[in-house]
Amino acid sequence: MMRKKNKCISLIFAFCLMIGLVLSPFQAEAAGESNEKPKEIKLRVCNWEEYIDEGDWDEEETIDLDSGDIIGENSMVEDFEEWYYETYGIKVSVEYSTFGTNEDLYNMLTLGDVYDLICPSEYMVMKLMAEEQLVPLSDEFFNKSDENNYYINGVSPYIQSVFEKSKINGESWSKYMAGYMWGVTGIVYNPEIVSEEDASTWKILNNPDYYRQVTIKDNVRDSYFAAIGALHSEELMSEEFVNDPEYSRKLEELMNDTSEESIKEVQDYLQDVKNNAYSFETDSGKADMVTGKVVANYQWSGDAVYSMDQADEDDFTLAFAVPKESTNIYFDGWVMLKSGVDGDPYKQHAAEAFINFNSRPDNVIRNMYYIGYTSVISGGDDPRIFEYADWNFGAEDDEEDVTDYDISYFFTDDKESEDYIITAPTSQVRRQLFAQYPSSDVINRSSIMIYFDKEQNEAINQMWINVRCYNAHDIPIWAWGIAAAAVLMIVYAAVHKYMNKRN
Amino acid sequence: MHKISFSRKALGIPYVIFLMLFVVAPLFVLIYYAFTNGSGQPTLQNLTGFFSDPNTLGTLFYSFGIAMTTTLVCLLLAYPTAYILATSKLKGQSVIIMLFIMPMWINFSLRITALKEILTWIEGNLAYYPFLNAVIGMTYDFLPFMILPIYTTISKLDGALLEAARDLGADELTAFLKVTLPLSVPGIISGVSMVFLPAMTNYVVLDMLYNSTYIMGSLIGSYFAAYNWHGGSMIALILLAIICLFTLLTRGAEDENPRGGALL
Repeated sequence: MMRKKNKCISLIFAFCLMIGLVLSPFQAEAAGESNEKPKEIKLRVCNWEEYIDEGDWDEEETIDLDSGDIIGENSMVEDFEEWYYETYGIKVSVEYSTFGTNEDLYNMLTLGDVYDLICPSEYMVMKLMAEEQLVPLSDEFFNKSDENNYYINGVSPYIQSVFEKSKINGESWSKYMAGYMWGVTGIVYNPEIVSEEDASTWKILNNPDYYRQVTIKDNVRDSYFAAIGALHSEELMSEEFVNDPEYSRKLEELMNDTSEESIKEVQDYLQDVKNNAYSFETDSGKADMVTGKVVANYQWSGDAVYSMDQADEDDFTLAFAVPKESTNIYFDGWVMLKSGVDGDPYKQHAAEAFINFNSRPDNVIRNMYYIGYTSVISGGDDPRIFEYADWNFGAEDDEEDVTDYDISYFFTDDKESEDYIITAPTSQVRRQLFAQYPSSDVINRSSIMIYFDKEQNEAINQMWINVRCYNAHDIPIWAWGIAAAAVLMIVYAAVHKYMNKRN
Repeated sequence: MHKISFSRKALGIPYVIFLMLFVVAPLFVLIYYAFTNGSGQPTLQNLTGFFSDPNTLGTLFYSFGIAMTTTLVCLLLAYPTAYILATSKLKGQSVIIMLFIMPMWINFSLRITALKEILTWIEGNLAYYPFLNAVIGMTYDFLPFMILPIYTTISKLDGALLEAARDLGADELTAFLKVTLPLSVPGIISGVSMVFLPAMTNYVVLDMLYNSTYIMGSLIGSYFAAYNWHGGSMIALILLAIICLFTLLTRGAEDENPRGGALL
């Protein structure tokens, strides 16, 4: 989940707002289209930056699986256009654009930008669902007998069950959202300096042993989650809590607690973190970790894989830990917008086909290889996705220190299955493999972020601003003195000038 | 005659359109949002809210602190440099001036990234000195804007005035204090306004140098990220008002008789 914060200055934003207002009447006109079979469908897709295979791979990058080679020659979007024409006989042209954060995307939609298919994170999907802005996926999309329906035939049973179980206003996510990438949050750390034990708790963020050496996300939801985890550390790890028959429900409730008291505690905690951490980072954390400026970094698992890969290239080892208290499991998923699709069945078909094409195992592998995140697709009967994981992380034959790593929870419903075990170098159990496919005990202690309504959002956003602002009560007396002197000087100069003019 | 005056007016039309579309109209949108609440009702809540919240006021203060320190440091660095450059009889003057301008040709974020590495090398851990880093970063970024106007003003000074001062018995220091300094005030003021105002809002520098405290620019951004366009617009408007006030106060000084008395 690449919630990068754009560097776009807000004044520029106000300016965009203006253009949006002026142009919105024109765009509204373009939306109304007839239902006759069109010559060409225009599909407007908006996705995260650098979140799909853009093609142009080198020959050496070929992924040589047992079932055949995979390489990205053209971009995924071009390949989709070609595939759609060959399969369904209708030309489709994809207008592909990108966004930087969920909040940016939401603001773009509010300003009147029109898209058919977008890929926000789950909490934004919930917001859009609650605001009734989405079109449900068609029944045809869930028809398993159509072999072109790669999504429903390939989606991980675990992910699908989460999507069915999680509801907003009585409706399952799965009705509107088809998953794309997923992961958990955790700590990337330098094992030479930070012990695994220290990295395995949210309390590392304000651990004075690592004063000014740990970065945290510049993002209120992620910070809030970590703060709750740290504040309730003991309770969350207690036998009593973990063995409670309603553990998952209670965990979700606690991790998403927005009572006034909680918010106050989180604010104090985050203020502490601000005084102890290296920085609240938007996208610099990965680089700072690799260059050694910081020793630990709050990270999404997909970016953690990227950091570890980069470090490996520099002969420098990083590892990944998931706090013992709880971790946030996140999903980015495809949803169709009412404002774009607008009841046009051809457009909806193309949008769903786009999801399916990106869920075809070879394309899933291309996307995963290109962006480093983990797809929600496990492949169903197609073995290639597991093969790819094994190709990536499996131990060489001559490797001595190996561990069997079981990821069947992701690939199959069958609890007894032993087909999905990777024999990996032992170090991988704390590194890329662990970040790409977290172990099942991590999954057990994971919690989703639930949808906050307007009041809750306002309260935590205000809390966040309070944390980040310099409080007027903290201004030292000498600073007031300087300020007073400066004001006096300016007033004196102004009066002086005025008097001079009068004379 | 008629034709010419028509075409001259016509030349201004594109700019007027540009101005209306991208400056005047957005300003009205800004004002609209600043004085309404979420349900579109007119309100002063955003305004009073800003001035009653210790966090927003603290941010205003903090931004002033950074901007003032930056301006002061820039002035202290720029004035002697500009003075020496403008008064020296070196042949390569323009080359040296070029050296000061050249960093501006390199992309801003690239420069700050380089600065980050250098500061890390010097300080060890950047996060220990957030305020200092912000000031260094901004000074690095804005220094040319201070040097150039001062250099231009001093190099245009009439040498005869200095000769006259010396003829009348002033020593070097007195001549500088009584002649050069007062006459370079317009340059200083234009330098100060080019440094002070952007330093209040340029939060990218703070972000990149790991200062996690908001200044005015980042505060506005955070309101928009939280979908509170009304509060954000109000803060932008307040900032605009401060800038207007600042410009009004300083404009008079530039109008002053160029030979006229000292500011203070």
